[in-house]
Amino acid sequence: MDLLRRRLLARGFAATLGLVGALGSAPSLRAEPASIVVASTTSTEQSGLFKHLLPAFEAKSGIAVKVVALGTGQALDAARRGDADVVLVHDRPAEDKFLAEGFATQRRDVMYNDFVLVGPKADPAGVKGSDVVAAFTELAGAKAPFVSRGDRSGTHSAELRTWKDAGIDLAAVRGDWYRDVGQGMGPALNAASALNAYILADRGTWLAFKNRGELAILVEGDKRLFNPYGVMLVNPAKHPSVKVKEGQAFIDWLVSPEGQGAIAGYRIGGEQLFFPSAAH
Amino acid sequence: MLQTLQETAMRLSTLDRDVVAIAWLSLRVSLSAVAIGLVLGIPIGAILAVTAFPGRAALVGLLNAFMGLPPVIVGLVLYLVLSRSGPFGSLGLLFTPIAMVAAQAVLATPLVAALTRQVVADAEAHLGEQLRSLGLSAPRRALALIHDTRFSLVTAALAAFGRAISEIGAVLVVGGNIDGHTRTMTTAISLETQKGDLSLALALGLVLIGIVVAVNAVAALLRGHAARAYG
Amino acid sequence: MPSLHCENLGLRLNGTTILDGLDAVIPPAGVTALIGPNGAGKSATLRVIDGLIPPTSGRMRIIADGPVRRAFVFQRPALVRASALANVALGLVPLKLPRTEREARSHAALARVGLAHRARDPATRFSGGEQQRLALARAWAVEPDLLLADEPTANLDPAATELVEGLIADMAARGTKVVLVSHNLGQVMRLAADVLVLARGKAVEHGPARAILTSPQRPETRAYLSGELPWTSFAAAS
Repeated sequence: MDLLRRRLLARGFAATLGLVGALGSAPSLRAEPASIVVASTTSTEQSGLFKHLLPAFEAKSGIAVKVVALGTGQALDAARRGDADVVLVHDRPAEDKFLAEGFATQRRDVMYNDFVLVGPKADPAGVKGSDVVAAFTELAGAKAPFVSRGDRSGTHSAELRTWKDAGIDLAAVRGDWYRDVGQGMGPALNAASALNAYILADRGTWLAFKNRGELAILVEGDKRLFNPYGVMLVNPAKHPSVKVKEGQAFIDWLVSPEGQGAIAGYRIGGEQLFFPSAAH
Repeated sequence: MLQTLQETAMRLSTLDRDVVAIAWLSLRVSLSAVAIGLVLGIPIGAILAVTAFPGRAALVGLLNAFMGLPPVIVGLVLYLVLSRSGPFGSLGLLFTPIAMVAAQAVLATPLVAALTRQVVADAEAHLGEQLRSLGLSAPRRALALIHDTRFSLVTAALAAFGRAISEIGAVLVVGGNIDGHTRTMTTAISLETQKGDLSLALALGLVLIGIVVAVNAVAALLRGHAARAYG
Repeated sequence: MPSLHCENLGLRLNGTTILDGLDAVIPPAGVTALIGPNGAGKSATLRVIDGLIPPTSGRMRIIADGPVRRAFVFQRPALVRASALANVALGLVPLKLPRTEREARSHAALARVGLAHRARDPATRFSGGEQQRLALARAWAVEPDLLLADEPTANLDPAATELVEGLIADMAARGTKVVLVSHNLGQVMRLAADVLVLARGKAVEHGPARAILTSPQRPETRAYLSGELPWTSFAAAS
């Protein structure tokens, strides 16, 4: 090795080793002794619920919970590929299908919140009230600006069910007034705020949402807006990599009196976002 | 707008430990990706500059095109590769910082290689004949030219760092934006924007810009110092 | 020592004929000067001899007892952004010497060209004369069988020129075959034993230096030599 080459290589190696060393020695980059991946929905993440719940569970169990926030459909797909240990989602028909395919063996009720129809305070379409089906009929009739999640999420499924309940063939009537944004709850609310449009949202994300503009809740309290969340452990028979013990511990804690109490205790501006519903 | 700016200023002064941890993770992930990109990209670019073989022009064209590789595509492909159902699923790397480093390294390497090829080819035009007449092998000529252009190559490293730290498509898909584990500056900014907390998003954006400016300033200082000491 | 057989060399680059059937046998000892007008093909011939450019037609044969160690010194020294020592050592890499030996030889070569005290300085900061001395130190360190020098003093002042000429003469005396391209006819007289005159890509005349420079036989040679500027200034002559 000559002078030139030795010096260059030595410097290169030193720099690379230094960086890789800094990377490897950092605690969060090493594999945790015990951690699980929970595929969940944007509504639970963006409403701030997990930030409220997880420290209590992690302190008690020593298990780190990594939440990947996706739409319900994407979350279930990630679990189908084996990329999550636990799913916490809110779309009952999709959850039942997941169970029927054998990707999970048991579903537990965890909590519920409800959907609300949000729209311009001035309510140009005149939908204010407590009947969401009547409100959707009005919206379609008036072709009032409406923002749809369009991302196969639980909220998107609930919206599509409501159009169906109102006897509206969306494919036939949709036009410029119907904006399909294909994004999570937050971005969809941002879009609705910018367009001053109507939108179906989950109450939790709405309460935590800060960029409301002229929007307000117009329809709430309809029992058809009930939004239940279920939790499932991914079937280890399908994916042996699933961390059964840790995943089950998380589920058991969520439905325990302690976990249920923590869910009930999460409030924004004094308002409760999620209501525990685990059967004992 | 004015109100958002005022709030941003306030948020900047009260940024908590979480933000420091997120910034530190972003910095480590992107610097590691750049280190890998340099180790792989500089030799590839230099060898392409000093050798001639059939198909070289096509390879260089491909490399130049790969400088503009869409991060979200890289993220998606890496997601499928690292998914439990994918070929490397058993490694359990999905949703880890290592996966994010890998994704950004895929973005950084062709950028470094293409810029290195350009810089080394310019030096080769001046020094190539002499190096060949000394009887040096192609790898040895490449090494001498890398040494000759080392100050210019800092620019390639900075370009790769800029691309890595500012991208969101790849880290979001393979990292999953997990709070406390794989949340970077860009995914955090995106999340806060989605939550409608625009002033916090803007405050985080200013921190990110600060990081980029600081890294560039440090590199410029080191480069200037080295160049003064060693023409 | 190597003898160099240029056999009907032809070279075309980008549609231009550079060498057009050049035939010459360059003897194995001493300094051979290549002279001729610009565009005659002198630099191209050096590069073909070195193997830097393959001829388009014809054949370049180097006949010697064993492998021929070559060194090339260019009109503009090509130095890497590194120390003077590293630049000299770079030329010794293909010799695969032990590191201590390589450094010792590099230091000795720097001492020979009077740059020992600047071994650690960045080569690209050197003056033009120092850079060319450094390039010659690199060639010197290799202990070549064949030195190809392409107008090595064209950019140098008289003092630096004298130093470089001394080095070339020294290397020739040590047994290195030297092929020198130069427009400096005084330099050719001082250094070269034989002269090869090129014109339009052909060898037109080859013989002892004194004979060619004092009584050229070919019109091309006469035309080239008569173009040399007089010693007296134009103003004084008129």
